[in-house]
Amino acid sequence: MAAFGTGGIRSQGRGPPLGFRFTLYAILSIVVMFLDQRHGWLEQARFLLQAGAYPIQLAVNSPSTAWSWLSQSFRTRESLEAENARLRNKQHELELRTMRYDALARENGELRGLRDALPQVADRWLAAEIVTDSHRQRILINRGTTNGVFKAQAVLDDKGVIGQTTHVGPWSAEVILITNSEHAIPVTIERTGLRTIAVGTGDEDSASLALPYLPGNADVKPGDQLVSSGLGGVFPAGYPVGRVSEVHRDAVQPLAQVRATPYGHVDSDRDVMLVWFREDHPAAPVTGTAGDLQVGNKALQPQPAPPPRPKATPPAAQPERSGENPEKRQARDAGQPETPTGTPPGANSTAPHTTNSSGGARKPTSPSGTVNPPPAPSSNRGTAPAPASAEAAPATKEPAPVEAPKTPTPEQSASPPPRDP
Amino acid sequence: MSWEVSRGRILFSTLIGLVLTVLPLPQLADLIRPSFLVLTVLYWSVAAPRAAGVGLGWFAGLLLDVFQGPVLGQHALVLSLVSLITALEHQRIRSKPLFQQSLIVLVVLAFYQGVVLAIDGWTGHPLPSPLQWIQCGTGALIWAPAATLLAQGRRA
Repeated sequence: MAAFGTGGIRSQGRGPPLGFRFTLYAILSIVVMFLDQRHGWLEQARFLLQAGAYPIQLAVNSPSTAWSWLSQSFRTRESLEAENARLRNKQHELELRTMRYDALARENGELRGLRDALPQVADRWLAAEIVTDSHRQRILINRGTTNGVFKAQAVLDDKGVIGQTTHVGPWSAEVILITNSEHAIPVTIERTGLRTIAVGTGDEDSASLALPYLPGNADVKPGDQLVSSGLGGVFPAGYPVGRVSEVHRDAVQPLAQVRATPYGHVDSDRDVMLVWFREDHPAAPVTGTAGDLQVGNKALQPQPAPPPRPKATPPAAQPERSGENPEKRQARDAGQPETPTGTPPGANSTAPHTTNSSGGARKPTSPSGTVNPPPAPSSNRGTAPAPASAEAAPATKEPAPVEAPKTPTPEQSASPPPRDP
Repeated sequence: MSWEVSRGRILFSTLIGLVLTVLPLPQLADLIRPSFLVLTVLYWSVAAPRAAGVGLGWFAGLLLDVFQGPVLGQHALVLSLVSLITALEHQRIRSKPLFQQSLIVLVVLAFYQGVVLAIDGWTGHPLPSPLQWIQCGTGALIWAPAATLLAQGRRA
């Protein structure tokens, strides 16, 4: 290689001076960084480099591979028998669960008005081994384009989502883990159907996810299961991602601080699964940037959401409103914009104060952030907005009570019953 | 002491340094492991600035980028810069005793780490844990035996 200079004896030999060569190399590396970062034009170069680096990576990893092979081959008969029994039990369990799953899938298809049950969303599976362990929450697996692996492909293990491929070489691929702080996965909270985004924390010691975009009164609690929502174009819907481990609600903060523990572990398992899914399956990832579905069966699209009017009249709000009725009406009759003494006898002693004082002037000053989480969450979507709207609705109306009947917004539709009598 | 070196030896030791750098290790060992590749490149740019020098630094850095860099070219730039500095100052560094050399290496490794972190931040990638600075210290500690070893190999 001529780049290594003249192989000289002296420090001051032939060839261009060091500073000049450095300038060339510096410009070259800056150009490379720019192209790699901004344009992704270096996919081909990356491909070649990854191919060249793969033998070294294999060689580097060979000691641990050899060690695991050795420990595998010198295992005792008892431990093998125990493992065999455990696997057999697990297989029985899985078979039972699959029987139930078939029945459920058929039932689901019937409920959705389908004649026959849908095929599974996963079209093809391919097992891959982890070659090098996680460095900065990235791993290398031993499958590449020769196996049909493509960029941004979902990688799972037997417990849940692991990550997605970022750079694919001919025989290897780099996988970014969902716990990487550069990774975000759209998830659904299974219990409530609430959609949000789980971002990796990048914590090397304990793999965890953060749900940074949940409002303070969102219905989420520790133990909730997170499944992939199918948005974002990479992960099919319905695969388990993790479990909510802790929820911190701070009355000052508008957003809840939620942490989740991912199911998939790359530390223990050496095998991961690459998934190819059916493009036309309703659970396949939505790749369209627009809001409407571009893939999937038209007949299977969700019904358009009903107008929110019936939803905004929760039965739970009625008795509370009747309880606070006299005071409110008094205040309304007096025409006071703010009701400092108008605390209802209900459970929320502080929330109405804040909503009245802040929301009395104008509504959109983040009413959801100041409302404390209601103590009795009965249904998912209903409760979160319901107390906020029930308390905020009279407050918005008080400055201009004349307008209220003319513009029946969904929030105000809750209030006419107590007003009319 | 003759400073004549064969290019094959430089390449071979650099490859060994790369393997030692990317070898999977348990977490604690991984934390204190110095970047052997950077040490090797530093040694050769002091010992043979013409034969190794900036070009070796650049290619070694590019290899490191392929293995563990989020941005291609990041380590290549910094490692070629570091090898330029040490190659320009190679006569002064060479004349120092090993203890003072390792102090210089400490400063150079800290500079290297700092520029790599700066590029990380500049390109919007998450920063690794601050405990990585330990590697500068272990790198300086291991400089004396490493330099002795590489010099042994050269004299043989």
